Amino acid sequence: MIQYNSIREIVEVAEKAGLKISELCLKDQAQQLGITEEELYREMEKDFDVMIEAADWGQQPGRISRSGLTGEEGYRMKQYAEHKGGLTGSLMTKAMARALAVSNCNAAMGRIVATPTAGSCGILPGCLVPMYEDRNFSKRDVVMSIFTAGAFGMVIATNACIAGAQGGCQAECGSAAGMAAAALVELMGGTPAQCADALGMVIVNELGLVCDPVAGLVEIPCIKRNAAGVILAYACADMALADIGLKIPADECITAMKEVGDRMSSDLKETAGGGLATTPTGKRLREQVFGKE
Amino acid sequence: MNIFNIIGPVMIGPSSSHTAGACRIGRVVNKLAGDARIVRVCIQLSGSFARTYQGHGTDRAILAGILGYYSWSEELRDSMRIAAERGLSYEFVPEDIPGTHPNTARVYYECDNGKQGMVEGASIGGGNIQITNIDGMEVNFTGDNNTLLILHLDRPGVIAAVTHLMYEKYGDLNIGNFRLSRKEKGGEALMMLELDQMPPESVIEDLNNIKNVERAILIRALG
Repeated sequence: MIQYNSIREIVEVAEKAGLKISELCLKDQAQQLGITEEELYREMEKDFDVMIEAADWGQQPGRISRSGLTGEEGYRMKQYAEHKGGLTGSLMTKAMARALAVSNCNAAMGRIVATPTAGSCGILPGCLVPMYEDRNFSKRDVVMSIFTAGAFGMVIATNACIAGAQGGCQAECGSAAGMAAAALVELMGGTPAQCADALGMVIVNELGLVCDPVAGLVEIPCIKRNAAGVILAYACADMALADIGLKIPADECITAMKEVGDRMSSDLKETAGGGLATTPTGKRLREQVFGKE
Repeated sequence: MNIFNIIGPVMIGPSSSHTAGACRIGRVVNKLAGDARIVRVCIQLSGSFARTYQGHGTDRAILAGILGYYSWSEELRDSMRIAAERGLSYEFVPEDIPGTHPNTARVYYECDNGKQGMVEGASIGGGNIQITNIDGMEVNFTGDNNTLLILHLDRPGVIAAVTHLMYEKYGDLNIGNFRLSRKEKGGEALMMLELDQMPPESVIEDLNNIKNVERAILIRALG
């Protein structure tokens, strides 16, 4: 049984056993949940199918949020990716389109998988759906890589937190992007240690990010932070695969994130009491949706 | 914790506490109504629920739950239209319910057979809920575990009959938590049993056959 309270331990156990982190996690979780590995895999495949559906749904025109504050982000990015390619190349623009689409799907009351939360639900699909649909990785490998993301996510949830209300956006989008970066590294043939490096690099880059949703809704700035999380995940996966190495071990990065989250004012943790939420425009948009206080 | 706490739940957006949790509170109402058709609900929303329910779709989510849908049902979005089609009239009332969790809802419901009831619960994050009151009786369960609710008359022997049945016929089911509430001596009472396993359908029928048990229902874990 794995305790999921140390990235280093997971990496060591996997490397010693000659397993990918995903394989180790699948074995362990099947045992803990009392089901077969194949049953567990199938459950995860269902979740991945929901991610694909959400990305498709959110890339259609006319997807507007309940509040009317946001909409069509995924559709517009898809159009741009297909017609212009984009500065960062079509893989990245298509990845961003998926992240925006899934986030938009969430805001428009579509069906999503919280990975790890609803607010950050676009990042993992934004990273993985293009690997399956555009880069032709096998579905099995892509679904398996989600176990690596999940294994690291459990460590973050155990040692820090994954909710914006508790730790700020660093804990939501930061965790999601870190998990996704690790999954990407594994898909690209990286080692367990490189997966951990990618996770740590993302946390290093998201550290301090506040949760300041306009009108308290999971829309502004959440949707765009999902696209940014995808770019960061790819960048950190590449840095890890290039063997640049992480100077502060991933476990210590997680502890730092917790400390920063604990010291963050509650105004900046999902309460819409600061940051973008209390800018003049942020307040005006709030009134637009909910009326005057 | 397991991997599906991190990869999951599958849910209708935009917020696990404002939609998924809200829907699950509504589902408890649906379960309590049983076969009777709910014709009228008054939904009081407190705290953050009261301030943001329209933007978050909390209203649609609770209503969807009351109609019997799940937090992952696409119908959640259209629950207001579906309620109108099924002849369920509803109203939402922002109401400060003192001393409760910021995301608390209280649902008063009325069925076509005249049955009335009330459920109070909070959405405590990540789609998880805590039900705090049913029909004026204090309860405390989260829905994390399969939960049996047994409405019964406060008479000697009912608890023994229930636990005896559970042990004799469903010995594989372990009771992880037990709580009893009642309005007054000899009146309506409520037993709550949290189970570590998923009970078979027959347990409900067997419980319903026990003398002085008015009705047993099962709230499935994460259902």
